[in-house]
Amino acid sequence: MANEEARKHILSILVDNQPGVLSRIAGLFSGRGFNIESLCVAETTDPLVSRITLVTTGDMSIVEQIKKQLNKLINVVKVIDFTDIAFVQREMALVKVRAKPEHRAEILRTVDIFRSRVVDAGSQYYIVEITGDEGKVAAFLNLLKPMGISEIARTGAIALPREKK
Amino acid sequence: MKALQEEGVDTIFGYPGGAVIEIYDELAKTDIRHILVRHEQGAVHAADGYARASGGVGVCLVTSGPGATNTVSGIASAYMDSVPVVVLTGQVPSQLIGNDAFQEVDIVGITRPCTKHNYLVQHVEDLARTIKEAFYIARSGRPGPVLIDLPKDVVQSTTHYKPVKDIRLKSYNPTYEPNVKQLPKAVKIIKEAKKPVVFAGGGVILSRAAKELTELARKIHAPVTTTLMGLGAFPAKDPLWLGMIGMHGTYRANMSSAECDLLIAVGVRFDDRVTGKTDTFAPKAKIIHIDIDPTSIRKNIPVTIPVVGDCKITLRKLNSLLSKEKMGNLKQKRKPWLTEWKATKPLAYEQKEVIKPQFVVEKLYELTKGRAIITTEVGQNQMWAAQYYHFDSPNAFITSGGLGCMGFGLPAAIGAQVAHPDSLVVDIAGDGSIQMNIQEMATATQYNLPVKIVILNNSYLGMVRQWQELFFDRCYACTGLDHAPDFVKLAEAYGAVGLRATRPDEVVSILKKGLAIKKPVIMDFVVEPEECVYPMVPAGAPITEMLLV
Repeated sequence: MANEEARKHILSILVDNQPGVLSRIAGLFSGRGFNIESLCVAETTDPLVSRITLVTTGDMSIVEQIKKQLNKLINVVKVIDFTDIAFVQREMALVKVRAKPEHRAEILRTVDIFRSRVVDAGSQYYIVEITGDEGKVAAFLNLLKPMGISEIARTGAIALPREKK
Repeated sequence: MKALQEEGVDTIFGYPGGAVIEIYDELAKTDIRHILVRHEQGAVHAADGYARASGGVGVCLVTSGPGATNTVSGIASAYMDSVPVVVLTGQVPSQLIGNDAFQEVDIVGITRPCTKHNYLVQHVEDLARTIKEAFYIARSGRPGPVLIDLPKDVVQSTTHYKPVKDIRLKSYNPTYEPNVKQLPKAVKIIKEAKKPVVFAGGGVILSRAAKELTELARKIHAPVTTTLMGLGAFPAKDPLWLGMIGMHGTYRANMSSAECDLLIAVGVRFDDRVTGKTDTFAPKAKIIHIDIDPTSIRKNIPVTIPVVGDCKITLRKLNSLLSKEKMGNLKQKRKPWLTEWKATKPLAYEQKEVIKPQFVVEKLYELTKGRAIITTEVGQNQMWAAQYYHFDSPNAFITSGGLGCMGFGLPAAIGAQVAHPDSLVVDIAGDGSIQMNIQEMATATQYNLPVKIVILNNSYLGMVRQWQELFFDRCYACTGLDHAPDFVKLAEAYGAVGLRATRPDEVVSILKKGLAIKKPVIMDFVVEPEECVYPMVPAGAPITEMLLV
């Protein structure tokens, strides 16, 4: 039933904040052959509820099935698909970049352009923190690459819907 | 215990062990009946059979570790067939969990994908509420098995029992009432259809909607087919009955799906054994799909009008809407359609010198007047039971449909017999499957449960052999069962009665004799070894491409 091309969907899943719930979600994806591109989990303002932001790819019928299957899990309170609504999306990355003296100005300029910041400066490396949507983070990494990136720690996407106008 | 009794539990199928010894100690002080099975898989299948025959929830109690892992096949079968079963497993004491303790296993982790939900109880104060929730989840919505893992220290400690009155889960709210906008749309296309077919599944039986389904079909003069799980949802005696659909469905049922212009699918999930190749299934039809589980809808087959709701409530509303409509003379209008399929060939076999398995099932049907509760093992026996025992009422056919779990029939028959002590319960078995849980003969004799086991003994794993004959050049790799036990002696060894028929003229007399005995009986019918189940649709082919003989 591939009735549409596969595209990326950001799902926000509100779940009971209990042990084993993440495993139920992850198990559902692996057991049914769905795909997880990234996953972020944290408690919400209600300590009994956690928000899982999950990025997956699939055509419409697959994503519809994913959402139904998630809703079927007893511990899932709500599933929101951000695909067709206005939303804000952010990812964050910590980038450890080689800071040769001749590159330092260039790094700082790039950091400035991207409104990111240096969170640790050593004699050989800087650690830079960047937030933004996927495209911005990717562009930033692209510019730092020639300087020599030694390590990256990157979150998946998190997202919230915008206020309705 | 009190929590269990409040849920109306009067029977538990189980097997004791170290981690549940305290529970057994308490159990002995109640009037709950405990049926001691001989293997934990048998306990779950028995609870499954009990639940399906009684319409209630089946309950099992087993110990930790191997006791728990042995239940997994039973749980998976109940999950696939949406049977409400609550499984209580013992667990090592909380402080030992994760330490690879003796008889420790992460059963909550193992059964996560094959239960509707499961729990590890961490505090005795949570116990009553968890039990209440578990029963509520097991029996509501689309039913299914729920497992509760009970660490030894939790059940050793005591608490003041506070009855839990109300269960409301904010994240679990099955939709029983159909969306009001969908039904008028359904009515419209039902009126327009020239060649409608009603296609029902296990959901109709689970929601006790057989009466409403029958009313619908008669009201709109539509022929009816069901899945394996739906047998009994519509009376096989009715002139509108097409027979079962699917891989071993009748010619007319399968062809009707190809020809119809409207398919009213009720409580089905469009399993691959039903649809065959999905993109050629019901190509000319608009589809109305009624099911309580939204995931069943549009999972495999696109539908025109999806209706999420309980089958019984939805059909009742649909029927009442249809009653208000001027339908014209549907009987006349749909006559050509009804006569079209009636002319087609029904199921057939020829009884020669060797006993045909179909003949045994047919005679069993005649002798029991269709009133027995039938359980089956899995394979050819299951299909012949489905084809030649004609079910007129729901909850009379109990089989492992989704999982296809060999060894299901005997323990399920035991469970059904416990639920209905005065009914005739017959397990239609093969010589392969019956050996997978044969130890439950001891359970049957211990509790004097007079289940009847009809073995269609072809000395093969017949269904696999059939595939090998048809698709693997008759290379019967590892499907011969030459060293089967003597089932007559085996029955006697268990304290039951064993009978055997080797010639066609003995079939009726052996059946008569066996069915009359008020004890567990094994009837061993030595049948045509290389008989095949027909019609057959090769896996993955369109369901209209049937091998007929």
